[in-house]
Amino acid sequence: MSAYRLDGMGRVNRGAPVNFTFDGKSYQGFAGDSLASALLANGVSLFGRSFKYHRPRGLLGAGAEEPNALVSVDRGGGRYTPNLRAPAVELYEGLNARSQNRWPSLQTDFGSINDRLGRFFPAGFYNKTFMWPRSFWEKLYEPSIRRMAGLGDAPTEADPDTYSACYAYCDVLIVGAGPAGIDAALEACAARKHVILIDENDELGGGALADPALAAWLETSLRDLANAPNVTLLRRTTALGYYHDNFIGAVERLTDHLAQPGHGAREQLWRIRAGEVVLAQGAIERPLVFEGNDVPGVMLASAARTYLFRFGVAVGRNVAVMAVHDSGWKDALAMAKAGVRIAAIIDLRETVAAALVDEAKALGIRTELGSAVIGVAGRQAVKGIEVSRADGSMRQKLACDAVLMAGGWTPSVHLWSHSLGKLAWSDDWGAYLPDVPNENCRCVGACGGKWSFGSGLNIGALPSPRDPATFKAFVDFQNDVTAKDIALAVREGMKSVEHIKRYTTNGMATDQGKTSNLNALQLASSALDRPVQAIGLTTFRPPYTPQTFGALAGHAKDALFQPVRKTGIDPWAEEHGAVFELVAQWRRARYFPKAGEDMHAAVNRECLAVREGVGIFDASTLGKIEVVGPDAAEFLNRMYTNPWKQLEPGRCRYGLLLREDGFITDDGVSARMAPDRFHLTTTTGGAARVLNMMEDYLQTEWPDLNVWLTSTTEQYAVIALQGPKARDVIAPLVAGIDLSPEAFPHMAVREGTICGVPTRLFRVSFTGELGFEINVPAAYGRHVWEAVWAAGQAHGITPYGTETMHVLRAEKGFIIVGQDTDGTVTPFDAGLDWAVGKKKPDFVGKRSMARPDIVASGRKQLVGLLTDDPSVVLEEGAQIVLDPNQPVPMKMVGHVTSSYWSATLGRSIAMALVAGGFDRMGETIYVPMPGKTLTAKVVKPMFYDAEGSRLNG
Amino acid sequence: MILIHCPYCDETLPELEFAYAGEAHIARPLDPSGLSDEDWERYLFIRANPRGRHNERWRHVHGCGRFFNAVRDTVTDKFELTYKAGEPRK
Amino acid sequence: MTRFSAMSLFAKALGNHKTWPELWPDAQPKASYDAIIVGAGGHGLGAAYYLAKKYGITNVAVIEKGWLGGGNTGRNTTIVRSNYLYDESAHLYDHAVKLWDGLSQDLNFNVMYSKRGVMMLAHNVHDVQSFQRHIHANRLNGVDNEWLTPEQAKEYCPPLSIDPGARHPVLGAALQRRGGTARHDSVAWGYARAASALGVDIIQNCAVTGIRRGANGAIEGVETTRGFIASKKVGVSAAGNTSVVMQMAGLDFPLESYPLQALVSEPIKPVFPCVVMSNTVHAYISQSDKGELVIGAGTDQYVSYSQRGALHIVEHTLAAICEIFPMFRRMRMLRNWGGIVDVTPDRSPILGKTPVPGLYVNCGWGTGGFKATPGAGDLLAYTMARDEPHWINAPFNLDRFRNGRLIDEAAAAAVAH
Repeated sequence: MSAYRLDGMGRVNRGAPVNFTFDGKSYQGFAGDSLASALLANGVSLFGRSFKYHRPRGLLGAGAEEPNALVSVDRGGGRYTPNLRAPAVELYEGLNARSQNRWPSLQTDFGSINDRLGRFFPAGFYNKTFMWPRSFWEKLYEPSIRRMAGLGDAPTEADPDTYSACYAYCDVLIVGAGPAGIDAALEACAARKHVILIDENDELGGGALADPALAAWLETSLRDLANAPNVTLLRRTTALGYYHDNFIGAVERLTDHLAQPGHGAREQLWRIRAGEVVLAQGAIERPLVFEGNDVPGVMLASAARTYLFRFGVAVGRNVAVMAVHDSGWKDALAMAKAGVRIAAIIDLRETVAAALVDEAKALGIRTELGSAVIGVAGRQAVKGIEVSRADGSMRQKLACDAVLMAGGWTPSVHLWSHSLGKLAWSDDWGAYLPDVPNENCRCVGACGGKWSFGSGLNIGALPSPRDPATFKAFVDFQNDVTAKDIALAVREGMKSVEHIKRYTTNGMATDQGKTSNLNALQLASSALDRPVQAIGLTTFRPPYTPQTFGALAGHAKDALFQPVRKTGIDPWAEEHGAVFELVAQWRRARYFPKAGEDMHAAVNRECLAVREGVGIFDASTLGKIEVVGPDAAEFLNRMYTNPWKQLEPGRCRYGLLLREDGFITDDGVSARMAPDRFHLTTTTGGAARVLNMMEDYLQTEWPDLNVWLTSTTEQYAVIALQGPKARDVIAPLVAGIDLSPEAFPHMAVREGTICGVPTRLFRVSFTGELGFEINVPAAYGRHVWEAVWAAGQAHGITPYGTETMHVLRAEKGFIIVGQDTDGTVTPFDAGLDWAVGKKKPDFVGKRSMARPDIVASGRKQLVGLLTDDPSVVLEEGAQIVLDPNQPVPMKMVGHVTSSYWSATLGRSIAMALVAGGFDRMGETIYVPMPGKTLTAKVVKPMFYDAEGSRLNG
Repeated sequence: MILIHCPYCDETLPELEFAYAGEAHIARPLDPSGLSDEDWERYLFIRANPRGRHNERWRHVHGCGRFFNAVRDTVTDKFELTYKAGEPRK
Repeated sequence: MTRFSAMSLFAKALGNHKTWPELWPDAQPKASYDAIIVGAGGHGLGAAYYLAKKYGITNVAVIEKGWLGGGNTGRNTTIVRSNYLYDESAHLYDHAVKLWDGLSQDLNFNVMYSKRGVMMLAHNVHDVQSFQRHIHANRLNGVDNEWLTPEQAKEYCPPLSIDPGARHPVLGAALQRRGGTARHDSVAWGYARAASALGVDIIQNCAVTGIRRGANGAIEGVETTRGFIASKKVGVSAAGNTSVVMQMAGLDFPLESYPLQALVSEPIKPVFPCVVMSNTVHAYISQSDKGELVIGAGTDQYVSYSQRGALHIVEHTLAAICEIFPMFRRMRMLRNWGGIVDVTPDRSPILGKTPVPGLYVNCGWGTGGFKATPGAGDLLAYTMARDEPHWINAPFNLDRFRNGRLIDEAAAAAVAH
C-alpha cells in the first residue's frame, strides 16, 4: 500500500490487484481503478508533455475534461491507440501505456527547449515569419514545422478489431447518470416510459460516486433501474452528438477495459431516436489562471475529491487549495475530514461564508482570504507555492505537494448546443446556461444550472504583482495557450471569440476547450473591456469527446463497405479464369485469358472468335425496366428522343435519353412486347438513375398517363450470343420461335423457350454480327448459359468480356454513353441525329437543343480517327490539336474517346470528339504526346461492314 | 437525420428512406418550344433557394416510391408539413 | 503596417510583444465608397486587396455580417489544386495556383501554402480513362499533373492501401505536385491586413439588408444594419448566402445551398505527407501542420442554411477513409462541423457581371472555393475595376445557363457503360 492510497476509502476492489506498465515501468493498482488513479496512488504525478512547449504535465481533471494526461495504449497486434485520456483508461491486467510527445523520455524531453524560447513563439508567430528567403519555406521551414506536429504517434498497422452499429428507439433518453440523471430515469420509469440511460463512465453514478453520503441511495436507485423492464442502462457509452429531430449518436466501448478482449466488436455505434431527451451531463470545474498553474500536482479541486472518494487516492500529502468559489472549500473540508492534510485554503474573496471559514478553522486549516497564488515552485512536481494579497502585498511562500483549483463551474451544454438550443449568459454561474430548446429536450441538474455548488467569483486570471506579459499562466493547457497569448490576440485586433480561438488555438485541443473556453472569454472580456456576451461563444461541435473512426464506420468495412453486385453467371466466369473490372456497383468479366495470354492477346482472340464464329457474353448487368399500361408508348415517346408510337409489337428500337438540358444521359435497345408493354434496357451504371427520372416525369409531370414502371434488372439474366454461328448454336435449344432471318429479323423480339426456360429472345447486336440477347429469369441464367456453352462447343464458342465488347462496338462506331459522351454531348454532336424524332413536338431535352450554344457551329462532334501509322494505338483521353507547333498552352480541339487495336482490321482505330469534326473528314489532326506528336486522319466512325450485311445475316 | 412524414404512407420515417428531389411547383412548361431562351433557363435552372420557408419535393424511394411535396424551413431544417403531389402550393 | 519578419518578431519579443499593432483596424462605415464588397471571406477580402493593389481603387469597403473569415473560408479542408479538365477551369484554377505561389511574400503574412502534392485515386477503368484525359489536357495547358502506378502512389503516400483485393482497389493515381494546402484563417487575415494597409475599410458585424438601385436600374449602394452605404460598384462574394443577397437586387440565381461537412482527427505525429482525394470512394484527406487528419465529408441531400449536417454523412465518410487507409481505423474524430456551399447547375462558379449595372458576383464555388481564393479575388477585382470580365473569368458568366455553354467538370467524369 502506497502512502497515497488511503485505507477504507473509495470503490476500488482491494482484493483484486491489477498489474500494469507505464513507460515500461511496472506498477500495481486495483480493479476499479483508472490508469490515472492507479498512477497517482503509486506517487506518479508526471503524465505527459504539452503540445507546443513540451512542458511537464500531470493530471488536471478526473474525467472527460482532462487536457494533459494523454497516453498511448498498445495491446499488440495492431491494437494501438494514441491520445487516450488517462482518467478514461480503465485498468486491466497487463495494460501497457506510454507517455507521448517527448524525446527521449518523459522526464528528459529535448522538445522543452521550446519552453525556454517561448517568448519567440507567441500566438500566430508562424504568420509573421518563415517567409524569407522564400526558397527556405519548402526546404527547411515547413518541413520543420510539420515535424513538430502531433501528440501521440500514428498507428502503423491495420486495426484487427471489428465494430458494430445499431438503431434504438425510446420515449426518454437520459444522457448522464449522475444524481440528476438517475432521478430523471426513476421518474420516467415510474411513468412507464421506455427509458435509455447512458453514461460515459464504467460505473453509473456520476458525482455520487465521489460522495459517500449518497452511496446507499445510489445503490438502491441503480438496482431499481436495472430491474425495471422498461429501462436500458448503457455504461461506457458516450453521447457524441445531438442531431435533427432528437437523433442522438452514441458510442459504447465494449472491450477496451478487458484484459482479454475476445472476438466481439470493440465498440458499438448507437443511433438513438428519442421522444424526449433529458440532458444530465453535469458541470465541469474551471481551473484558475496563474503563473505555474500547469505544474504537475496543480489540479481541479473536484478531481482531487473524485480521486479520494471514488478511488481512495490522496493527490498529495500536504495540499493547498486556491479557491474563488465555495465548492473548493467544501471539497477541502471533505478531504480534510477524510484524513488529507490541507496546507491552506487561499481565496481571492475578502469574505467567504462564515460557516465555511469556521469549519476550516475548527479543522485547523490555515485560511488566506483576499489572496492569490502567484507562483508555484517545482517543475515536474509541486514543491510549494507563493501567495500574496490581491494587491501584491504580503508575499509569502508555503510548502505543499499539490495545489487544488476551484474556479467555479461550467455547465456541460455541449449536446444542448448541438441541438441548436439557445444559451443565455448567467452572471451567477459565470457561464452560459440552457435557455430556449430547439428540440423536445430539457436539461436537469448542474448542466441545466439547477444545482448549487455555492457562490463564487468570475475572473479571467488571478491577480499577480508581476507583469502579466512576462510569465506563462495557462488557459488551454494542452495547446499551451497562455493569458498573454489571449492578450496578444486582442492587441492584434481579434475582437470576436472565434478569431481569438483560431488565432491562439484556445479550445481547439482534444478536450475541445472544456476547461479553457470560459476562462479565455473572461480574459478577452477584460482585455476588451466589454461584457462576455458581446464577445460571443464558440460553437460546440460534435463529438462530445473524440470517437473512433472505426465505430463511426460501423459495419461498413471490406465487403460490407459497398456490396459488389454480381450476376448469376459471375461464378462461371470466375471458374473460367476471367479477369474482372468494376463498373458502377457491378463487377464484370473484362476478358478470359488463356494460359500465357495478356489482355491484348486475349482480346484479339476473343474479337476474332466473334467475327468469325461465335462468342458468348454476360450482359445481365444491363439495366431493365418494364413499362406497362395503355399509355406506355405515349410515355416513351415523351421521354426518348425518337418516336415509339408506331413501333410494332415484336420489334426493337434504339432509344436515346437526354436530360432536360439536352445532353445525352443514357441509351439502350428496347422492345415492344405488346401494345401496352415495353421491355426497356439502360446502361449498366444508369439503371437506377433512369428509373428515378422516369418515375419523376410520370408521377409529377404527366400523372394523367396510365403507365407502370418496374425495375427488372435483377429479374433477368441476359446472355449475348454474337457471331455468324450464333443462330446455329441456339437453334437446337429454342422452342416456339422461328429463328429464320425472314421470320426473326434484326431488331426483333420473340417470346418462347430456351432449354425449356421461358425467354424473351432479342435479335440485337452491339457487335455488328448476327446476334441474340437471351433474356431468361435470373435464377435460370447459369443453367441456360451452360446449355448454350455446351451447344456451342461444336462451333468453337468463345466467352468474351467487356473489353472485347468495347472493341467490337467501336469497329461499328456504336457509342458508349459516358465514354464517347461525357454529359456535354448532344445527339447531334454524337452523330445520332437519326435517332431524334424531327416531327415530335416535344420530348425531354428537345427545347434545350435549340439554345444558342447548342446550335452554334464548331461544337465537338464524334468522328473516327485512323492513325497514319496503323500500328499506333492512340491513348484514350489524348488531346487533339490542329497546330502541333504552337506553344503551351495549346489550343485543343478535342480528345480521343475510344481507341483500340482492331484484330479484325489489323490496325488501330479510334473515336474522338473534335470541334467541327463532321466537316473535317479526311483532314489530318495531331495528338501531341510526351516526346512525340502522333498524326491521324479524321474519318467517319464506322470501320467495319458499313452496309450492315453481317448484322442482317 | 431528419424525420419526414410521407403523406401517402401516412407515416413519419427517417431520411434514409427518402430522396430529395429539388424545389417544388416548378411545372414543366406545356409547350417548351414556344418558350424564349430566358423562360426556358428559368424553368431549368433558376431556383428560389430561400433562407426560410421552402417548398420542396421528396420521393419515398425506399418506401412507396411516391413523389410528394413539403414545406421546410431551410434555417432550422424543420418541416412545416408535407402534402401529396398535385396539391396546390402550401 | 508593421512589417513582419523574424527580426521584427525578435525585437517585439524583447518587449514582451506589447507593441504589436492591430492586424486590421475595425472600420466604421463611411457614407460612400468607390467600391463595396459584400462578404469578408478570403475571396471578398482578396478582391478588396487586389482592387487597391493592382487596380488603384483604394476607397473600398468590405462588409461582413459576422466576423471576417467566418464562413466557408474558415470551414473548409484547405485543398489547393488546378488539375481541372476543361480549358476554362484549368486556366481559372491555375491563375489561382500561380498567385498562391508567393502569396505569403506578397501579403507579408505567412499563409502556410504547402505544395505537398494532391493525389487523386483511380479505382476502376473508367477512373483511369478519365484521369488520363485530365493529364493529357493539363499537359497541353501547362498545368502539372502526372500518372502514378499503385506502387508509386503508395511510395508517395505510405498509409495508402493498394491491396488489389480491396472493394475499390487503387489502379493508379493522378498527382499534381504543385497542389497542396494552405492555412485557411491565415489567408483571410493576411488579405484583411494587407487590404487595410492600403486603405480598405473592413466593416464586421454589418449585415446587408437591401440593395438600392436607381431609376436607371444601376446600383446606388447597399442598405445595412448600420445604415445606407453608397457605391456605384458592389461585388457580392457571399458564398452560401448569395441567393439571398442577389434577391435583394431583384435577381433570381441558378444556385442552391447545401450543407457540407468536414472533420478532423486528434493530432498525431506526422504520417500523411500529401493530400489524397478519391471521388469514387468519396474520401478527401490531408494532415494539418498541427497533426490533425483533415477530412472532407459529403453534402447532405437537401438545401439548407443550418450549417448542421447529419451523422450518416460522417459515418459514410469515415468508412471510406478507413477503407483506403485501414491503419486509421483506431484514430478518433475530434471535431466535425458544417458549412453552406452554393452550387450551380454545372457545379462551376459564376464570376462576373450581372444584369444589374454596377453589380458583380462571385459565387457558386460549391465544395471547391478555397483553392481559387487568390484567383477569384483578383478576377473579381479586375471585373469590377474595368466593368468587364478578364478573359479567364469571361466563360464563367451567367449567360451560359441560357445559351447552354455549360462548364460541367463533374459530368465529364460521369460513370456509365
